[in-house]
Amino acid sequence: MDVLVFLIPIALFLGALGLIAFLWSLKSGQYDDLEGAKWRILDDDDLPDRDA
Amino acid sequence: MTVHQRDWQAFVTPGKDGGVHMDLAVDGITCAACMGEIERGLKRLPGIRTARVNLTSQRLAVDWAEDLTGADEIVAELARLGYTAHPFDPASQKERQDKTGKELLRSLAVAGFAGMNIMLLSVSVWSGNATDITPETRDFFHWISALIALPTVAYAGRPFIRSAVNALAAGRLNMDVPIVIGVVLAVALSVIQTMQHQHHAYFESAVMLLFFLLVGRYLDHNMRGRTRSFAENIAALKAEVAARIGPDGTVREVPLSKVATGDLVLVSGGERVPVDGVVETGISEIDQSLVTGESVLVPVKPGQRVYAGTLNGAGALQVRVEAASGATLLDEVNRLLETASQAKSKYVRIADRAARLYAPLVHGAAALTFLGWLMAGLGWQPALVISISVLIITCPCALGLAVPAVQVVASGQLFRCGVLLNSGDAIERLSDVDTILFDKTGTLTLAEPELCTAIDPEDETIALAGRLALASRHPLSAALVKATGALKPLPDVSEVSGSGLETTVEGVVLKLGSALFCGASSEQIERVLQDNPGASLLAIRLGEQPVRLLPFRQSLRPDARRVVESLKDEGYRLEILSGDTVPSVALCAGTLGIEEWQAGMKPAQKIARLEALQKEGRKVLMVGDGLNDAPALAGAHVSLSPVSAVHLSQAAADAVFLGDKLQPVADALRLSKKARAAIEQNLWISALYNVIAVPVAVAGFVTPLMAAVAMSASSLAVTANALKLRWGESRPSSPIDEPRRGQRQPARG
Repeated sequence: MDVLVFLIPIALFLGALGLIAFLWSLKSGQYDDLEGAKWRILDDDDLPDRDA
Repeated sequence: MTVHQRDWQAFVTPGKDGGVHMDLAVDGITCAACMGEIERGLKRLPGIRTARVNLTSQRLAVDWAEDLTGADEIVAELARLGYTAHPFDPASQKERQDKTGKELLRSLAVAGFAGMNIMLLSVSVWSGNATDITPETRDFFHWISALIALPTVAYAGRPFIRSAVNALAAGRLNMDVPIVIGVVLAVALSVIQTMQHQHHAYFESAVMLLFFLLVGRYLDHNMRGRTRSFAENIAALKAEVAARIGPDGTVREVPLSKVATGDLVLVSGGERVPVDGVVETGISEIDQSLVTGESVLVPVKPGQRVYAGTLNGAGALQVRVEAASGATLLDEVNRLLETASQAKSKYVRIADRAARLYAPLVHGAAALTFLGWLMAGLGWQPALVISISVLIITCPCALGLAVPAVQVVASGQLFRCGVLLNSGDAIERLSDVDTILFDKTGTLTLAEPELCTAIDPEDETIALAGRLALASRHPLSAALVKATGALKPLPDVSEVSGSGLETTVEGVVLKLGSALFCGASSEQIERVLQDNPGASLLAIRLGEQPVRLLPFRQSLRPDARRVVESLKDEGYRLEILSGDTVPSVALCAGTLGIEEWQAGMKPAQKIARLEALQKEGRKVLMVGDGLNDAPALAGAHVSLSPVSAVHLSQAAADAVFLGDKLQPVADALRLSKKARAAIEQNLWISALYNVIAVPVAVAGFVTPLMAAVAMSASSLAVTANALKLRWGESRPSSPIDEPRRGQRQPARG
């Protein structure tokens, strides 16, 4: 069972990584507009202009 | 609507990298197309760095380089795209970042992460205890759990610790006190157990408890945040600005917070007076219904006092801003407001009342358990362990969720009915109402006047008068335009300030205005007023024909009668307290079938009536909109105010309702009754849980596994019971969406 000494810290580290990712996304304002985000994927502004 | 320029500098705040920032409430954003259109359109302007629409809050945030584009160009571009936008006054927008919400979400994330990991370790220990875990491995797992749990409780527990400390410092008990005691004891006991190499530790109970409670808190906060931001948008769209006249005579529009005592403010015809002050120049008529409740227009001239929230008639006024001083109406209202709100703050929320009962009971039971085991011959330490396990299992997880869960669901439903809550405990207070006091003008009736008599659509004179009325901003003119449906204005209209309009049609003079202006006889005026008590009159005279008088009055809200009837059927005692004159209140009360009414009430009299009713032991709901209602709104057991109300009243009321209908009042009462029942059921579920769990804990049989399962089960039970409120509630058509539907479609492409 000695392997636990390594496995548990590794598991905790990976979990903490997820937590940090969430806190970062919160800080960068990704939860400010939950309605708008789902519509923005339909916005094709970033495609080259086909009319041209 | 206004001709003068707005002083944009007052709305702009410094942004990043030397740029400037502005927040705007935009009317009519409904879909993704609007969002893309606005953002693309604005980015075409030079110097725009970011333009981002928030679809949830219907707001637009723009950052730009100030030297390249002006704020007025941004609003002009939005107008060109087909959207009306109003900037937020930076001073009134205290919480742009929503700090509390983010703190709760961060705590929630930390508690969730810690809870999952500790649970993982705990489940291993529980299964190991049943099989053959070595003591070393168990200690190792417990120590890691402690390592995660201690910082988590310190971090994620802050909202509860803060609130508990504040309550204790004020000498009160609230729900957070037993929560904090339970969590702290659970963690401390677990650390001691770990040091002594015991089989059980309660880290996961403490952290999971915090996690569940934070979920409740966050949902509650989010719901109220949504209401608040919606209310702020309405305030910004109502354009709370004043046209200030500078020392050089220029007129610029500034937010109200930038207007100081002694400033001179221009009030154009048909606009609301933005400030309290004294008229310097100009004559006009003022609709004071929001302030005094009187529906008749009052003439004003230089030297007279006007109040914020009143509607100016035709003439332009220059008003010198005054701080309220001495025995004015506003001072009286403010003084009454203060004493009235003190009386209300004595109300104790259900959750805190439950905590007052619950905390001594549970803590007493724990102490008795300790003494009991001690006397039964157990050592002091195992006795202490058992008594703390009593505290842990009774830790008011369900109790802490019982009330907020219901409040979240109920306030969401109220939001859909068009009722926005100002205070969180309004729901529980609404539910014990048995008497409803209505103000008349602006509450039972709509704020705008309407023609009382039917008009003949073939009548040429009235049709001409309607076209003439297009030239004026006077509220009665606007009502005449609405009644006649006039579209084409007449040429060459001259306005006699404070009296009326005049023009020539095919060589004949047409006059529209006050009865005196058109030369009506006093008998004629009296006759019309007898038929239409409390009406305001508009006179028409075509050439030498006899004068025609049209009576106008604020009409009742379209569903007022039906709602009043249904409220009476449900056994509420209804009463009208109005500042208006006797005949018009009598007429209104007669139409609605309300037997008890009083007219000509001053703010102090309204309060006195309220207190008399409350002394009789009645729980009073006050519904009102005027400045004269504000003290009564603050003093009543609970109060509602329409969104058209003056600022002070809206702030004093517990909830605000939207739209032209009275139905939200009835909806609020009905929903709050259901919510109250659900709250009580939830409290019973929690009590039942404790009745079962406490004896087991007292007997010393509680293991951490049992605590975790019982706690989660009781939390889920109360949450499910709260969600039950939604069942069978057909979604009413939302008055919030109505004005948007069918509105102008912005030009695409």
